[in-house]
Amino acid sequence: MTARGGYGDVVLAAPVTVPYVRYSIKGAHWFLGRALAQLLAAAKTPKQRIDGLAVASFTLAPDTAVGLTQHLGLTLRWLDNIPMGGASAVVSIRRAARAVQNGDAEIVACVAGDTNHTDSFRRNASAFSQFAQDAVYPYGSGGPNTSFALLTSYYMRTYGAQREDFGKLCVAQRNNALKNPLALFKKPLTLEQYLNARLVAEPLRLFDCVMPCAGAEGFLVMREETARDLGLPFARLLAAIERHNAFPDDPIQYRGGWAMDRDELYAKAALAPDDIDFIEVYDDYPVINVLQFEDLGFCGKGEGPDFIRANSFEVHGTFPCNTSGGQLSAGQAGAAGGHLGAVEAIRQLTGQTLGAPVAGAKYGLVSGFGMINYDRGICSGAVVLAAD
Amino acid sequence: MAQVPAQAKRKNPILRTPLPTLPPHKRSRVALGLTAAAARGALELQVCRDCGAVQYPPREVCRDCLSARLLWRPHNGEGELVAETVLHTAQELYFRERLPWRIGIVRLDGGANLVAYVHERVRRAPCRVRVEAALDRAGQAALFAVPSIGSTDLSVDPKLREMTCDPRARKILVTDGKSVIGQAVVRALAAAGADVIWVGEAEPWKKIAGAAKLRDLPQVTMVPLDVTDSVSVQELAGEIGAKVDILVNTADCHRTLAIGARGALDAAQLEMDVNYFGLLRLAKEFAPLLKARAADGPANAIAWVNVLSIFALSNYPPHGTYSASKAAALSLSQALRGDLYAAGVRLINLFPGPVDDEWDQLELPPKLSPIGLAAALVEALQGSMEDVYPGEVAQDWLARHRENAKALERELSEGNR
Repeated sequence: MTARGGYGDVVLAAPVTVPYVRYSIKGAHWFLGRALAQLLAAAKTPKQRIDGLAVASFTLAPDTAVGLTQHLGLTLRWLDNIPMGGASAVVSIRRAARAVQNGDAEIVACVAGDTNHTDSFRRNASAFSQFAQDAVYPYGSGGPNTSFALLTSYYMRTYGAQREDFGKLCVAQRNNALKNPLALFKKPLTLEQYLNARLVAEPLRLFDCVMPCAGAEGFLVMREETARDLGLPFARLLAAIERHNAFPDDPIQYRGGWAMDRDELYAKAALAPDDIDFIEVYDDYPVINVLQFEDLGFCGKGEGPDFIRANSFEVHGTFPCNTSGGQLSAGQAGAAGGHLGAVEAIRQLTGQTLGAPVAGAKYGLVSGFGMINYDRGICSGAVVLAAD
Repeated sequence: MAQVPAQAKRKNPILRTPLPTLPPHKRSRVALGLTAAAARGALELQVCRDCGAVQYPPREVCRDCLSARLLWRPHNGEGELVAETVLHTAQELYFRERLPWRIGIVRLDGGANLVAYVHERVRRAPCRVRVEAALDRAGQAALFAVPSIGSTDLSVDPKLREMTCDPRARKILVTDGKSVIGQAVVRALAAAGADVIWVGEAEPWKKIAGAAKLRDLPQVTMVPLDVTDSVSVQELAGEIGAKVDILVNTADCHRTLAIGARGALDAAQLEMDVNYFGLLRLAKEFAPLLKARAADGPANAIAWVNVLSIFALSNYPPHGTYSASKAAALSLSQALRGDLYAAGVRLINLFPGPVDDEWDQLELPPKLSPIGLAAALVEALQGSMEDVYPGEVAQDWLARHRENAKALERELSEGNR
């Protein structure tokens, strides 16, 4: 596949995280507002300089990105609302990159955040989409647990994955999280604890499932020249892909849109999977990590279990993955879960990690996956970022 | 839910009666097509009129060719159980109170994916299954997968049994046991394993041989009940209302008069007093009691059954006043159904065609036997539906009504039954 137009001198900078809390009495506006304030502080830039905004949030209703402009007192010439959950960071980056590349905006703030009230998860799951409301939620009201249990059981049966394989990923992410002061999970996780945790939806147990929480993530997208002008360390955007509703005729989801577009991703980045130093994958449940390993070309379809057994996933491992702990150990702050990996990748590539750095990291891959609209995740995408 | 005991145990009066909870009932309008078919006991899916693609979940536009001409059509539900899970946590109270739940994803042979409950008799995935539609306690369609071979018995599976209203081990009030239909219904409920059957008797001094024999059934207790008398209904509700699990309203007044006939007004008033106001009096006294006990353990209040008439759909002029009273009862039952569903109590309407009794004497065959009507009533309770059209004539009228209601009106007004 030929590489379509490149991203030239587009860079990402100012990674910020509004610390996660399990539950909050604040609204989504609070978390998104804090994220913007942190972005301005990190960039030492007045609010007036921000002329573009991309927003992802599940709990902003009745507002959208539009309402947020007035709420936060922003005057913008470029605005996008990205309701794509776990794929929202990748999509925001793609949108924002073209905007700054072509001069529609100079600095785009990409923010994602959600609050989490005690009943938020049920409310979100019950009205997630028309198909979910009509044809999934009335069957046990399990929300994403049900959907991922079905995908996981199919994957295990078809490709011989064991609970221990998924457990290895979860334990490694917890080890990474223990070095990240902002991760919600502070205690080590043993494989035994993982295997013996309470059942949620067979074969999923407690530590297969992300913990919903409140929080926000953000970063800035601009041209290299702007970043240098502001004195900001930055990561370059080498390549990006996105795909929606890939492989609609598969009887069940065992692959995602990455499998359609990865050749373009690597061609545009002029890299091969072997060149990638670390990966940030979307990880609301560990089976989806494995799909990303396979579909992004780190191993073949169905080779995920062997790949897991042959590698270690800690920051200092053979295949550093979700180096801040991922959502499974840092928490899933709604749509911010889609930005967690991008923010961590920018930190890794600019020497600003909160936890442990991947030694000599030059290239990072950030992958997104989102929106179980009915029986599968619809949105997928990935970006390759490079250190300056 | 615990296993239904053969004989319901006496309730512990110290324990609080649990309040009813329901599965989520919110659906888009287009998804209610699934419910409309399930109410008749059928599985129907949308099929594209232009390209033939089967659709699920319900939608407005064809997923293949974007045609907006999607028609609800019966489907055999054959497919493969691709994957399954057993859910041990739930967001909604109804599911939480009944964990765990077995749920799977079925790939239909026609190529659509269905998320469905999985009957406990189904082997582990992957395997062949058949998907059927039932009504859940909120009255919405619920799909479930059963083994591809053999009959479907929902009562075998404790979760799916809640989608039925099986009369076994239940305490049932039959509002009138004197008519031939009432007698047949009482006998059929007794044969289906009812625990207690209270049989209403409006005019005890009128001796009817068949009705008198009902006393020989060990489950039967005759009770005074005149649905045209508010005090009578109120007194019976006070006496037994808090124990009734299923109310079967067989009270019926049927005079065969055209609206212009001599005496039609008196007949109409009498019919309305039994068929419409009688139902209203029963609803006023018994519905709150049934709702209050909708979650009362395995011996909870579960259903209300009305024996209406196919004449309720479209007026049959030779029985003009009777048709009107049954149409009024149908309309009232819709309001009552909404009220009862708020607590998870199902309302089932039966729409028989002419029955082989004295009032339909002049109707030509085929006619539905009272025993056939009673069997359909029991089957409806054992299954999972809310609108039942028993017999050939009822099915024929229903088909004509659904195809073209105005045509049926004209045909009936021209005496073309």
